[in-house]
Amino acid sequence: MMEFSVNHPILFVMVGILIAVVLAQSIYFLVRALKRAKEKGIDQKTIKATISSAAIFTIAPAIAILVGVVALSKSLGVALPWLRLSVIGSITYETVAANNALTALGLGAGQTITDPSVFVTVLWVMTLGISIGIILVPFVTKKIQGGMNKIGMKDKKWGEIFNNAMFLGMISAFLGYVFCDVGLVLKGDTSGLVPVCVMAVSAVVMAICGICAKKFKIRWLTDYALPLSLISGMAMAIPFTNWLG
Amino acid sequence: MNDKKNLSYLDSVHRDGRVWGIILCVLLLAFPLVVGLVFNAIPEWSALAKGLFATLPMYWAVGIIEIFTYVPMLGAGGTYLSFVTGNISNLKLPCAVDAMERAEVKPSSEEGEIISTIAIAVSSIVTTFIIILGVILIIPITPVLESPVLKPAFDMILPALFGGLAVVFISKNAKLSIAPIILMLVLFICVPALNASTVGIMVPVGVLFTVGVARFMYKKGML
Repeated sequence: MMEFSVNHPILFVMVGILIAVVLAQSIYFLVRALKRAKEKGIDQKTIKATISSAAIFTIAPAIAILVGVVALSKSLGVALPWLRLSVIGSITYETVAANNALTALGLGAGQTITDPSVFVTVLWVMTLGISIGIILVPFVTKKIQGGMNKIGMKDKKWGEIFNNAMFLGMISAFLGYVFCDVGLVLKGDTSGLVPVCVMAVSAVVMAICGICAKKFKIRWLTDYALPLSLISGMAMAIPFTNWLG
Repeated sequence: MNDKKNLSYLDSVHRDGRVWGIILCVLLLAFPLVVGLVFNAIPEWSALAKGLFATLPMYWAVGIIEIFTYVPMLGAGGTYLSFVTGNISNLKLPCAVDAMERAEVKPSSEEGEIISTIAIAVSSIVTTFIIILGVILIIPITPVLESPVLKPAFDMILPALFGGLAVVFISKNAKLSIAPIILMLVLFICVPALNASTVGIMVPVGVLFTVGVARFMYKKGML
């Protein structure tokens, strides 16, 4: 029997294997989509812009995910958070799931786990809690998508409006979330205004990029407008938080 | 391999997506089991039950809603990848939506399917490598990532993301965007239970409401 530690090398080996399989899946689908793009005659410039823009855009959110790995590593070691945040997980979910399990065990979030059965308990809670997506997606995706495609086929104009409405509905929910704490201002707490200001900065940068790209015909500006607005918003969050608390 | 040629691209994405999905599902569920076997440890049953009771109802409900909401936006390939690699609303979805918008393609078309898959695959690969790099360098970078100076920047990632994305979609659909934005602002400001952890439930509410409004305006000839 092996002596347990949250950072035991064998945990890293197992997690490494799992992540390699996940990586292989991404590469497999990427290669297939690139091949198909060529067959369909999609402009290679569009493909290149899609790749580089997606890569640049991903850097800041990925570093934020890394912050989650570091935070969870205090009690769970590095291997488990590495897996949980590379595969299915998201920062908001994993922290809650881990805390639920640790609370049920009567432990605090900052203590390092030394008992393997405690570790396995936390591991099961985190794994089963997030697993619904990965269990259902292989079986329902085709049906949902088939239903969606019918909408576009019957009435092309409505199909287009439907798509825009769907994205707008999703975006409006997140916009609402940005304003969820502004009510605190009435109690003298201005911290709820920070996300609103950050969103405004990001929106203004995006608008400026869009206008400049159109006026001066700068193609790359359109491709990197989203990462630029994201980074500007995140950077301005620092002075806004200092100012508004 | 004759039937392979007769399959459409989309059908083959579904077929391969299922195979990969099932393999990964089995591997992921096997992981806690194998860790238990290796260290000869069984879970503490009562704590496991309590932990699952606190976690499962909420996250399975949100998870099921998310599948129905995000599949139409991500496309087939994008869905099979996103639901394995996670971080959908804070990374994969905005990335795919932005890519399709710039390429001027819809998620329900084959071109949209291809662009979305490429964007999400690249994003997943880059994320995986950044996290690997971070895990290797965890000791030197921990003080930087945990520095109180940078904390607000990481906390504000969602507002910084959706501000930019909102400009693109609102400017193109100004008339349609009024009703959902007013509804969501009123709901989030007036209902204290709506916050970072419940925004996932409000996404389908926003989508259904906006599609309903769009249908009404379309029928009345307002769009």
